[in-house]
Amino acid sequence: MTLTVENLQVADLVRGVSFELGAGERVGLIGESGSGKSLTALSVLGLLPEELSATGSVRLDGRELLGASEKELSRLRGNGMAMVFQEPMTALNPAMRIGRQVTEPFRVHGRRGRPAEELLAAVGLPGVARAYPHQLSGGQRQRVVLAIALANDPALLICDEPTTALDVTVQAQILGLIRERLSAESSLLFITHDLAVVAQMCDRVLVMLDGSIVEHGSTREVLTAPKHSYTQRLLAASDLEGAR
Amino acid sequence: MISVRDLERRYTRRDVHALRGLSFDVSAGERFGIVGESGSGKSTLVRLLAALDRPTAGTVSFQGKRIDSLPERRLRFLRREMQIVFQDPMGSLDPRMRVRDIVSEPLGRRSPERVAELLTAVGLPEDAAMRYPHQFSGGQRQRISIARALAPNPSVLIADEPVSALDVSVRAQILDLLARLVDEFSLTLIFVSHDLGVVRHVCDRVAVMRRGEIVEIGAVEQVYAEPEHEYTRELLAAAPNLRTELARLKGETDA
Repeated sequence: MTLTVENLQVADLVRGVSFELGAGERVGLIGESGSGKSLTALSVLGLLPEELSATGSVRLDGRELLGASEKELSRLRGNGMAMVFQEPMTALNPAMRIGRQVTEPFRVHGRRGRPAEELLAAVGLPGVARAYPHQLSGGQRQRVVLAIALANDPALLICDEPTTALDVTVQAQILGLIRERLSAESSLLFITHDLAVVAQMCDRVLVMLDGSIVEHGSTREVLTAPKHSYTQRLLAASDLEGAR
Repeated sequence: MISVRDLERRYTRRDVHALRGLSFDVSAGERFGIVGESGSGKSTLVRLLAALDRPTAGTVSFQGKRIDSLPERRLRFLRREMQIVFQDPMGSLDPRMRVRDIVSEPLGRRSPERVAELLTAVGLPEDAAMRYPHQFSGGQRQRISIARALAPNPSVLIADEPVSALDVSVRAQILDLLARLVDEFSLTLIFVSHDLGVVRHVCDRVAVMRRGEIVEIGAVEQVYAEPEHEYTRELLAAAPNLRTELARLKGETDA
């Protein structure tokens, strides 16, 4: 799997973003609210809000996704590529039992399915198949969303602030699950504003500011020897242990 | 300043035991942190400290005076002495009021000089007074909430997850602002957060809560360096720590 983003432009919110994501790569996208991280992810998934449109090029294994029909995109979503968003409650159907939701990717994509219990057990949630989303805690719901995203063993997993709404111990569980359950050949695009989380999850980092990527490199380079002044400021602001 | 004894709060209809017998003191000028995860009882505790709710058992005293069973009309001194800054400034600022009116509301009268003084104290331009909350960024809105909280010259400031909704870069600014204001106005600070790093940055003493109980309480540096309770250790281990991660990354370079 290779994801190639070239000169991606969304209104004046994302400006000429280019990057490539190879098989098995774990890449972090960092920056603050409004920097264009989420719009970049949504452009890849073809999920931009209707009033916005993207230009440039987004290719998954050479196939152009920008301008692809909804039918083509839905064949990919939850199959070749999957996503986990910040708020699990809005990603789940409140009126459908958990078990039925986690096996939906099989039904939608006409694949041979695995039992809901097995998928749920893999994310540490045995015995909840008959529950509804409101009966679960926030962390449990996010694990359900992860089980759905991983059901078809996607080549690309996009996570947009998947743990920002969660407690630290629950965050640690979710991050651990992503690391363990995402197969080694699958790629990860991980959006967050937490540099410590990026350091744990990613080999490579892209830093966004005002719609552009201002710095990119290995996590080690970018976090230990940041070149761009914005990255330096972000690091300084993130380090709360400095002199107060 | 604040004294809490055997504080309990049960919600009988849902059979929830939100607080199970807490006791602690906060002395004047202290920066007291309360850390815990969702459901640990932090918010219930804040409501009881501010006399916005009544305990099922136990007492809360403020400056030696019990406030846990006073009727609202006898709590006016507390409503002035103790102010709260909440997590979501957009939810706690009236969108139809100008900043000037928001900040002077606790004063009960218009005072352009006082408003200007408060806006300067929280680092907002004076012309902010005529604008509305939606014209500001999240960090600036939190500054407005802080200015309003300071208006009646309180002695205690309760900050309930004041930076949880903010970006990292803004977070550090607001934390530094709070720390500076606590010094400048000789405030006692009660700082509630689920983020241990944030509490460590601001507080001198910390109470760690779990399931309605304080499992550990002590000087911040002591609790972080040598956590005594198993749960505190778990929390510390679970929280991603930038310095540790950077040290690990640097180590890889050397290796």
